Amino acid sequence: MNRNTKVTFICGALVVALMAGSMVCRSHAEKIQGDQATLQEVLYLPSGKTVKRLSLGYSSLLADIYWTRAVQYFGSRHIRSAEHYELLDPLLQITTDLDPQLIVAYENGSIFLSQQIPEGAGQPDKAVALIEKGIRANPLYWRLYFNLGFIHYMDRHDYKAAQQAFEKGSEVPGALAWMKVMAARMAEKGNDPSTATYLWKTIFDTTTDNNIKDSAAKHLLSLRADSDMDQLEQLTRAYYERMHTYPETWLDLVRAGLLRGIPTDPTGAPYKLRLDGTVQVEDSKQFPFLERHKK
Amino acid sequence: MTSRLSAITWNTFREAVRDRVLYNLVLFVLLLVASAPLFSQISIGLEKLMLVNVGLTSISLFGVIIAIFLGIGMVSKEIEKKTLYTILSRPVRRWEFIAGKYLGLLLTLVVNAALMTVGFYAALLIFVHSLGRADALLLVAVYFIVLQFMMMVALTLLFSTFSSPIFSAIFAFALFVIGTFGEDLKNFAAMSQGATKWLATGAAYVLPNFASLNVIGQVAHEQGVSAHLVFFNTVYALLYSVAITAAAVLIFERRNLK
Amino acid sequence: MHAIEIRALSKDYAVGFWKKKLRPALKSLDLTVETGEAFGFLGPNGAGKTTTLKLLMGIIFPTSGSATILGKDYLDPEIKRKIGFLPEQPYFYDYLSAPELLDYYARLSGVPATTRKQRIGDLLARVGLSDVGSKQLRKFSKGMLQRVGIAQAIIHDPEVIFLDEPMSGLDPVGRHEVRELIQNLKDEGKTIFFSTHILSDAEALCDRVAVVYKGELRGVGVVNDFRSSVAEKTEVIWLGANALSSVKDLLAEPHVTGETVRGTMQSADLDRLLERLRQQHARLISVTPIHRTLEDYFLAKTREEEKESVSS
Repeated sequence: MNRNTKVTFICGALVVALMAGSMVCRSHAEKIQGDQATLQEVLYLPSGKTVKRLSLGYSSLLADIYWTRAVQYFGSRHIRSAEHYELLDPLLQITTDLDPQLIVAYENGSIFLSQQIPEGAGQPDKAVALIEKGIRANPLYWRLYFNLGFIHYMDRHDYKAAQQAFEKGSEVPGALAWMKVMAARMAEKGNDPSTATYLWKTIFDTTTDNNIKDSAAKHLLSLRADSDMDQLEQLTRAYYERMHTYPETWLDLVRAGLLRGIPTDPTGAPYKLRLDGTVQVEDSKQFPFLERHKK
Repeated sequence: MTSRLSAITWNTFREAVRDRVLYNLVLFVLLLVASAPLFSQISIGLEKLMLVNVGLTSISLFGVIIAIFLGIGMVSKEIEKKTLYTILSRPVRRWEFIAGKYLGLLLTLVVNAALMTVGFYAALLIFVHSLGRADALLLVAVYFIVLQFMMMVALTLLFSTFSSPIFSAIFAFALFVIGTFGEDLKNFAAMSQGATKWLATGAAYVLPNFASLNVIGQVAHEQGVSAHLVFFNTVYALLYSVAITAAAVLIFERRNLK
Repeated sequence: MHAIEIRALSKDYAVGFWKKKLRPALKSLDLTVETGEAFGFLGPNGAGKTTTLKLLMGIIFPTSGSATILGKDYLDPEIKRKIGFLPEQPYFYDYLSAPELLDYYARLSGVPATTRKQRIGDLLARVGLSDVGSKQLRKFSKGMLQRVGIAQAIIHDPEVIFLDEPMSGLDPVGRHEVRELIQNLKDEGKTIFFSTHILSDAEALCDRVAVVYKGELRGVGVVNDFRSSVAEKTEVIWLGANALSSVKDLLAEPHVTGETVRGTMQSADLDRLLERLRQQHARLISVTPIHRTLEDYFLAKTREEEKESVSS
C-alpha cells in the first residue's frame, strides 16, 4: 500500500502543522479579544434573575463558569498591577445570582473587591454589599461575618461596624469562640497591629485562593516589619538620650548593649539605619503594606 | 482535478437545496417577524439591540444546526446508499470527494446565511427606518459566523467519515457547545495543576474556540471590531478547518468502505 | 496485455468482539481475463464475487495480492477513465434527474463538455429511458434504476466493464434488453466482466466462466465446451405407470404423476429401456438427450471440498 502510506504521511503532517498554526493564531485572537466579548456582555445582561432563567436549569454550571471568569479576570489584571477592575463586581453579582450558595465567590470575591488598588479593586462598599448578599442567602455560614468584619476593619476603618459584624457572627450556632473575642477587640482597640496580624493570619490559614494567600503573606510581613521597626526606633531614641547623638551603625547599638546582633527583617535582610535615627527596610518592594515606616 | 472538484461541490450543493434545506429561511423570517413586536413590549429603547441579538444569533444557530444535520450524512449516507461505489470507480481521488463535500456544504451554508442577512437587514430597515454606518458592522459579525461554519462543517465531516449519523450528531453538537465556552475551558485548565493542567490545556487548544468568533454582543452595542482580530480569526478558522479536513481525508483514504 | 490480471488477491475480515479472528472472504485469487472477452464470474451468494469487485474498484483494500487492469495498477486513478462499474442493486441521488446524474458522472469520468450532452441523449435512448425527462431518480422503479445504472457504467465509453448482478430486479423484458445490450457491447470489442448467480445468463453471454465458492476459485471453463459435449443422460417420459417395475433398474429417481412417468437414465441404456416399455405397451411421450450443462459444472465445482486443477 505504497500510495496509502504516502497519503497518510502527507495528511498527518498537514494536520499537525496546521493545527499548530491555528493554535498560534488563536492565542493572538484571544489576546485581542481578551476581556472583550465574553466579559463585557456582563455589563449588558439584564439581571441575574433573567440569566438564571435563560440558563435552562444549568445555572450551577454557569455560576462556576462565571466564577472562573471572575478569578481569571482578577488574576490577569492583578499581575499587571492594573488600576481598573470595573467588570469584577458585575461578574461576581452574576455568579452569585446564578448560584447563591457559591460561598467561595463571596469569601474570595469580597477580598478581591475590598483591597486597595492595585492589590484589589478598591471598592470596599461593593464588597460589603456582596458579603451581605451572601449572608442573606446563607445565614448559617458564620464565616461570612468574619469576612464582613474584616472588610469593615481593614478597608473601611469602621470599627463599630466591624464589632457588630463579629458580634452577630458569634451568635450563629456553630461559630467558633474567637469570633466573640474579635468583637471585644474591635470595641477596645481600634486600629491595632496585633488585631490586624490576627485577622490576616486567619485569612492566610483559611483561604483557598492563591492570590489572597499571597496578599495575606505580604500583609503579615509588613505588619511584622512595622512592629520590628517600631521597637528598633525606640532603641535608637534610647541611644540618643544616652549619647546625645544618633547611632551610625547597628554595631553602635550592640556596643551600647541595646542590641545583641544585627537586626534582620523577616526576609533575612538587615534593616537600614538612617542618620536621623529612623529605621527602614532594605527592599521596600518586599513590604508593600508598611503603614508607619514607609520610604 | 478542478472539474471533478467543482462537479462534486456543485452536486452536493444542489442536493442540499433540492432536499428543501433552504426552507429553514422561512422559519427564520417568521421568527424575526413574530418576535419584533415582542421586543418593544419587553423593554423600550432596546428594540434594535434585541433585534440584532436575535437576528444574528439565529443566523448562527440555524446555520450550525443545518451544518450538523447535513454534515453527518455526508459520507455515511453515500456509503449506505452505495452511491459512493459508482463515484470511486471513476478517476475521482478519495481526497477530492471529501474536499468537494466540504466545499458543497460550506457553499450551502454561505448562501443560506447570505439570504438570511438580506432578510435581517430588511427587518432592520422596517424597524429603524434608516441604516447608519454602524450597521455595516453587522456584516463583520456575519463574516465571523461564516468562519464558525467553516470549522463546524469540517468537524461534522470528520465524524461522518468514521461514525454513524447519530453519534456524529452528538459529537458535533457537543463540540459546538464546548467551542462556545472555549475561553472558559482554557480558564479551567489554567486553574488546575500538574498533569491535569497539561492535558486540559492541550484539549482546550485542540477543541475549537468559537468564543473569539462571537462579536454579536459587541456589534449589537455598535462597538467596533479591530482589524487585527479579523485577520487572526480568519487565519485561525482557515488553518483549523483545513487541518480537520485533512484529518478527515486521512481517515477516509485508509478506510475499507463496506 | 491482459484486460484484467489478478494475482494472489486475498481479503480477510477481522471478526469477533475483539477483532481477533480472521474470516477469509477471498483466498488468493488468480485470474486472467483477455481483451474482448465476456467473462462470467459465478458463485452462490457469499462466495466472494462482490468482494472481488469491491477490491478491484478500490472500495476495500486487499490483505495481500495485486491486480492490473489494461496493464496498469488497478488502483491508478487514471485507469478508471477506461473502466465502468455497475454495483449490485444500485441506488442514486434522490433529487437528480437521469440526465443530470449522467452528466455528473460523465464529468467525473472526464468526458469533455462538447460530447457530453449528445452522449447522454444517445445513452438514455439505448437503455430505453429516453422519455424520463426531468423525473427525479427517487421516483424510479427498480428496473429503471438498473437501466440508469448500466447507462452510468458506459457513459464514458470504457474499455472494460464490470457488472455485478446486472439482471437483478428486472422483469423478463428487461432481462432480454440487458442481455442484448451486453451482447452489443461485446460486439463493439469491450471486455465484460460480470458476476452473477444466474447460470443461464452466463451461458448465453459469456466466453469463459470462473466458479468461486467460499472465497476460493474452483475452476475456469470455456462455455462452448459445455455446449458441445455428448449427452450422457437421456430423459424419457411415457404413459403407463404399470410399466415402471420392468425398467426400474435402469432409471434414476422416476417421478409418477397419475399415469405419466418421467425418469432419467444413462444414454447407453436407451435401447434396452425402449424395448421393455414396448413390451409393456407403454405409450412414449418424449425422449430428450440431456447435455452436460454449465449447471452441472457449477454444481460439481461447488460440491468439492478440495480445490481442483483449473483445466477441467
